[in-house]
Amino acid sequence: MTDVGRHPKIKLHTMSEVMDVEGSVGNFNVSILKRARYVEEKDCTACGDCAKACPVVRPDEFNVGLSTRKAIFTPFPQAVPSAYVVNINECLGHNPSVCAKCMDACEKGCINFHMSDEEIKERVGSIVVATGLEPYDPTELDEYGYTRFENVLTSLEFERLINAGGPTKGELIRSTDRRRPKSIGFIQCVGSRSVRKGGGYCSNVCCMNTIKSTLVLKEHYTDITIKVFYIDIRAFGKGFEDLYMRSRRSGVHYLRGLPGNVEELPNGSLRVSVENTASGMLEFHDLDMLVLAIGIKPAKSVQKIREMLGLQLTPDGFFLEAHPKLQPVDAATRGVFYAGCAEGPKDIKESVTQASAATARSIRLMHKGEIITEPITSVLIPGLCKSCGICAEVCPYNAITVDVKKKMPAMINSAACAGCGTCAAECPFGAITMNHFTDDQIICQIDAMLEDKAQEKVLVFACNWCSYAGADYAGVSRIQYPASVNIIRTMCSGRVDKNFIWHAFLKGAPVVLVSGCHIGDCHYIDANHWTQKRVQKLQKKMEKLGIKPNRLQLEWISAAEGVRFADVMNKMEKIRQEVSSQEIADTIKILSRRKKQVLLSD
Amino acid sequence: MEENVAENISISPGQAVRIGVYVCHCGLNISRTINCSHVAETASVLDGVVVSKDIAYACSEPGQQEIKEDILEHGLDRIVVASCSPRLHEPTFRQMIQSVGLNPFLLEMANLREQCSWVHMNEPDAATQKAVTLVKMAVSRVRMLWPLVGERVPLTKRALVIGGGIAGIQASLDLADNGYEVILVEKRPSIGGTMAQLDKTFPTMDCSI
Repeated sequence: MTDVGRHPKIKLHTMSEVMDVEGSVGNFNVSILKRARYVEEKDCTACGDCAKACPVVRPDEFNVGLSTRKAIFTPFPQAVPSAYVVNINECLGHNPSVCAKCMDACEKGCINFHMSDEEIKERVGSIVVATGLEPYDPTELDEYGYTRFENVLTSLEFERLINAGGPTKGELIRSTDRRRPKSIGFIQCVGSRSVRKGGGYCSNVCCMNTIKSTLVLKEHYTDITIKVFYIDIRAFGKGFEDLYMRSRRSGVHYLRGLPGNVEELPNGSLRVSVENTASGMLEFHDLDMLVLAIGIKPAKSVQKIREMLGLQLTPDGFFLEAHPKLQPVDAATRGVFYAGCAEGPKDIKESVTQASAATARSIRLMHKGEIITEPITSVLIPGLCKSCGICAEVCPYNAITVDVKKKMPAMINSAACAGCGTCAAECPFGAITMNHFTDDQIICQIDAMLEDKAQEKVLVFACNWCSYAGADYAGVSRIQYPASVNIIRTMCSGRVDKNFIWHAFLKGAPVVLVSGCHIGDCHYIDANHWTQKRVQKLQKKMEKLGIKPNRLQLEWISAAEGVRFADVMNKMEKIRQEVSSQEIADTIKILSRRKKQVLLSD
Repeated sequence: MEENVAENISISPGQAVRIGVYVCHCGLNISRTINCSHVAETASVLDGVVVSKDIAYACSEPGQQEIKEDILEHGLDRIVVASCSPRLHEPTFRQMIQSVGLNPFLLEMANLREQCSWVHMNEPDAATQKAVTLVKMAVSRVRMLWPLVGERVPLTKRALVIGGGIAGIQASLDLADNGYEVILVEKRPSIGGTMAQLDKTFPTMDCSI
């Protein structure tokens, strides 16, 4: 940790949050909000005189509330940077200055209440997302009595309690009577492997964390009774089984079965009722202290970062990697990499490994000092543009400028264009096309698909980042769905031109599905809003023309929703079966007549 | 600001294309469900297709070698690989055709594995029919593709690390020790994250800080 503080190549911004990221791989422009510390970071020697003088006493977050700190404090002795910080919401001395005792105590004069939050701009080539985890809050699991019974602790609270740097200097005591417990129980999988509460996934670290705790306890207090209530012990890593065996040999009692109920006894101890699934017997265990091995939840900042960088999440709420085996630290967004629990629960060794992997991937990208841009961008077809300005309006990246008043044709900034293709879909004059996803290139796929037995086909437009990836995920998971489904890939659902859909119906498609990322998850900021508007408009138009509007469907399917993809395909197949040959023939008639009219009016 | 204007917007009509189609077995992953040789056969009569064959593993070294040799021998200028998802191997095959002088964007993939054989495992006939359609779509599309060239732009040799827990610390140090400037952003007053709160850590049972 201290290496980070003194490394000449690392610029450390604490109390800071990334507020906005613009640009793309190779050149991201990042805005960082750095909150005021009110203590000069460079001058403070962490002597602590200020904290002695401070009259405000608050629970200490680092010790999960088991001890107190002042309004001016250092989170823990080894903190980096080694400088105190004022929690301005708790401080009495700020505006108007009524206290200021710390300022008098600080000989070096490091405390400065005039400091204000700063906005910092940085330009970077790549981004490592290492936003970590949120410990599970077990209060909702009322049967374990956390917060109702004082001697029921979370594993994190227990960590602080046996830590030499913790509130009791490593002395294990109960907060009710300040006496050392003679017996301790550990309950595993609290908030893990339960669909009902917490998460359905395994949090990876809790088994080994408990095993470690039992060994530490047995080392300190040889006579202590320890019981571990578990579903399975997952000691899968290198050296893990060895630790587990050591724990068993030291006399720790492992009992298979999760408690159904915990009661508090008059002396503050706890009575645990559990079905021992090895013996099938209902058992009661009286224990002086109970530790809940809490699971790992995604960090709260996940949503904000996801939106800023256009990332995807798994159903569990962790970041989704570009490929689970072959690109485990890459995000689907180029130039963004994951490290640590941001991507999923993992222990320290795995976090370190993944961080080094993310570094290697990031250097692989940056070392040449230049980058070849994706040529999949929109292009103007000169002569067709009538300067209406719609393209500029729909572009999520402000990559198009049109001077509507002077009737100057659109100008496309290819460096800013990310390639969603919404402009090409919305342009009423066909004056913009998308490289690699031109009208012709897509229409010819529709034609090839519907050339033969059109009535038996379900035409699906799927965006590259979410829905197409969701279809792949259904495949990887071997989730079966009807073979009538045929997919056409576009980069974004925003590319799906209304003419593609009319063309498909004209060629006899019974049903068409447009699918994309969920609203708010669009890889191209908000391009899928335009998809939604377009599809709704089309459905209205279909109704007017006498075509059943349910033959055109719009669904949002994420990259992690393989099951949902298959469900939607089953639904589409059902709708397809309801469309009669007569209906299709009528539609073709209506649309060919309309096409002639449109052509004439042009 | 750089203006982007289409230059070679359409391939001149009548220009003959020479397409190679490769239907991958992917071991048994595809061929257990789909009749690959039948798919390759139906594709062989499509307009512009010069070579059409099934192949055990298109992505393998011998597989790629075979395709590359065909490109040179038959003067192929467009390739369809009917195998797995383009999200997996599109970069592989783009590099492959580029290595023998074709523009990487003159490739199209038909997703016969993730979106066909794996999801219609109990309907081999329907899956084969669908595979025929998917390959036909890919051939139609590849015919319409045109070469694209990315632009070289300078890149900022600095990295942003969001989060100063153990993962963020390790990533920052690794990057910085390799000579890259690192911006490490941590929302709390100190780095260290959850790890800093832990006592001894498994499996070595030493201090985490």
